Amino acid sequence: MIELVSAAQCVTCDKCIAVCPTNVFDRGADGVPVISRQQDCQTCFQCEANCPTDALFVAPHTHPLPAESFAHDEEHLRRTGLLGSYRRDIGWGHGRTPGAARAVGPALSPSGPPLIS
Amino acid sequence: MTLELDADVLVVGGGPAATWAALKAAEDGAAVVLADKGYCGTSGATASGGTGVWYVPPEPEAREKAMASREALGGYLADRRWMARVLDETYDRINELADVARYPFPVGPDGKPLRTGLQGPEYMRRQRVRVRRAGVRVLDHSPVTELLTTDDGVVAGAAGYQRQADRAFTVRAGAVVLATGGCAFLSKALGCNVNTGDGALFAAEVGAELSGMEFSNAYGIAPEHTSVTKTAFYNYATFYRADGSVLDGAGSQRGRSVIARTLLASEKVFCKLDRADEAARKAMRLAQPNFFLTFDRLGIDPFTQPFAVTLLAEGTVRGTGGIRIVDDGCATTVPGLYAAGDAATRELICGGFTGGGSHNAAWAISSGSWSGRAAARFARALGPSAARRQVRAAGGAGLRPTGTTSSVSAAEVVGAVQAEVLPYDKNYLRHGDVLRAALGQLDGTWAAVRSGLRADGPDVVRARQAAAMVAHARWMYTSALARSESRGMAKRLDFPELDPAQHFRITSGGLDEVWARPQEVAA
Ligand SMILES: Cc1cc2nc3c(=O)[nH]c(=O)nc-3n(C[C@H](O)[C@H](O)[C@H](O)COP(=O)(O)OP(=O)(O)OC[C@H]3O[C@@H](n4cnc5c(N)ncnc54)[C@H](O)[C@@H]3O)c2cc1C
Ligand code: SF4
Ligand code: SF4
Repeated sequence: MIELVSAAQCVTCDKCIAVCPTNVFDRGADGVPVISRQQDCQTCFQCEANCPTDALFVAPHTHPLPAESFAHDEEHLRRTGLLGSYRRDIGWGHGRTPGAARAVGPALSPSGPPLIS
Repeated sequence: MTLELDADVLVVGGGPAATWAALKAAEDGAAVVLADKGYCGTSGATASGGTGVWYVPPEPEAREKAMASREALGGYLADRRWMARVLDETYDRINELADVARYPFPVGPDGKPLRTGLQGPEYMRRQRVRVRRAGVRVLDHSPVTELLTTDDGVVAGAAGYQRQADRAFTVRAGAVVLATGGCAFLSKALGCNVNTGDGALFAAEVGAELSGMEFSNAYGIAPEHTSVTKTAFYNYATFYRADGSVLDGAGSQRGRSVIARTLLASEKVFCKLDRADEAARKAMRLAQPNFFLTFDRLGIDPFTQPFAVTLLAEGTVRGTGGIRIVDDGCATTVPGLYAAGDAATRELICGGFTGGGSHNAAWAISSGSWSGRAAARFARALGPSAARRQVRAAGGAGLRPTGTTSSVSAAEVVGAVQAEVLPYDKNYLRHGDVLRAALGQLDGTWAAVRSGLRADGPDVVRARQAAAMVAHARWMYTSALARSESRGMAKRLDFPELDPAQHFRITSGGLDEVWARPQEVAA
């Protein structure tokens, strides 16, 4: 589930509010999005993929994590490279090559084509 | 204040089926509105999951092999003519994606482009751009909640609620395409919580029929307590018990029921992708970055460290049942109403089983394109007088209860449905006695919804989702009980064999009275 909005990184572009398929966010008074309906989060990582400043972190768990969880430790997430990792992996963001162009996976059978999704 | 719009074609949904429908209707000259519950471009199963695509070059031998390969798995309910049409259409549309939309398909080791799959976020963000460039008016965060019909029962638009603008909306249209996806019962399978079967409810309320609803018990593998139900790489898996011994017979393709049985016995099932060699491991990351999100964030190396797995219900998202279509343009039995993608039945091309995919994506692309064109033609034939037609709202359960008191909440209804459709010992490993008991419960839930589920304003959306899930579950179990055999994914513990005498499809429908009956497979 969505666990972190970094007020330090956020440029209040409203993108995550717009793209979240299940309408989890509201705009806060200072423009930084607020996680208003975490229970509706479907852990799809779309907000992260679309955030231009890597200000969001979606934990893989489908239940909320406690306050002391790694998912709320912004420094740790940055140090370990987890913050913004999905965007990096799919090649979104200025100067990056779309991951789709590099998506040549293994073939699941000897005669089959490589998996590309 | 209500937003009121007019259009030739209204497309309901925002995934691949909806965007292809909107594009083709607009290219045909229609004024198109597309209304999505979430955000067109990120919403739905494909946008987050990504899909392999049934893309087969038009070489007779390759096509024949592609068609033959799945006939037995699907229980011989697919139709060769439809398979051939879908292969043709999908081939053209994928090439259109490469040539017109400039989707960055990768290049294989032999220098040839590879076009048998699509990365979800990349595909759907491009579809959004294309739809908007084609002049389609896109309404995001605008779940449709009911259809509008004329007095003689022709579908003439839809109404809904804009969640972020906080206002109701109506779109009067010459024709409507339902592309709302399947129903995964809010199981949190990847990208699927927007898919609550709404379109099927709307369709049934105006008298449309469903088909193949017994093929509705797909379950995807995911690491325990997580969402990513990408399953292809479990082909490299060995499954283990808690004590480290190998779980015999467990597997991704054939042995998923062994996993279900073990989980039912309150035992954990562990997994390691220990059959992938070094080259495969590297390549896997490139093909499916979303698959590895979970592991990287849990701090698990899935190739060397065992992790617990679960099975998440994907209902009709990776099942094949849906709204019955009756012609090559994906018309339903109700004039003015079309269905595409997971909202429509996929039996025509894969019978009773989709399993490892590709067909679903091809179906969404093809049925989307056909329904968009056909809806545009239908609207054009109506002429300008269409906009002056008298219309009335067709929604019932959750919107207009028959009782006077509000006696049940949407959340309670969701809980009641989930208790009957998520458990493996009810929906996955099906037995007639269990299905009958579950259906009895669901009938009771429906009666409660019909008389006492009441909602206004934005709450209407959750109420309608809950009602749609109950309706879906009842068509599923009524259809499953109508088939006293095992065919495709509709397996019965009490009838484990395929019965050649039951080589038919099962049509279903109805709301207060649910029915199911055999339908001959066209020769
Ligand atoms: C993890 C995963 C992996 C998959 N892999 C493959 C694969 O490899 N190959 C393959 O062929 N298939 C695969 N599938 C299946 C495939 O994703 C679906 O068949 C496909 O997404 C269907 O497209 P669709 O447009 O019909 O539905 P979706 O993509 O689910 O889109 C449905 C849309 O309808 C909208 N909607 C719902 N209700 C309403 C409403 N009331 N009003 C307005 N809008 C509404 C939703 O917001 C959403 O935008 C996979 C599915 C999953 C979950
Ligand atoms: S992970 Fe998906 S559902 Fe959750 S907040 Fe982000 S976009 Fe919304
Ligand atoms: S997308 Fe990122 S930068 Fe934009 S509002 Fe959301 S968190 Fe802030």
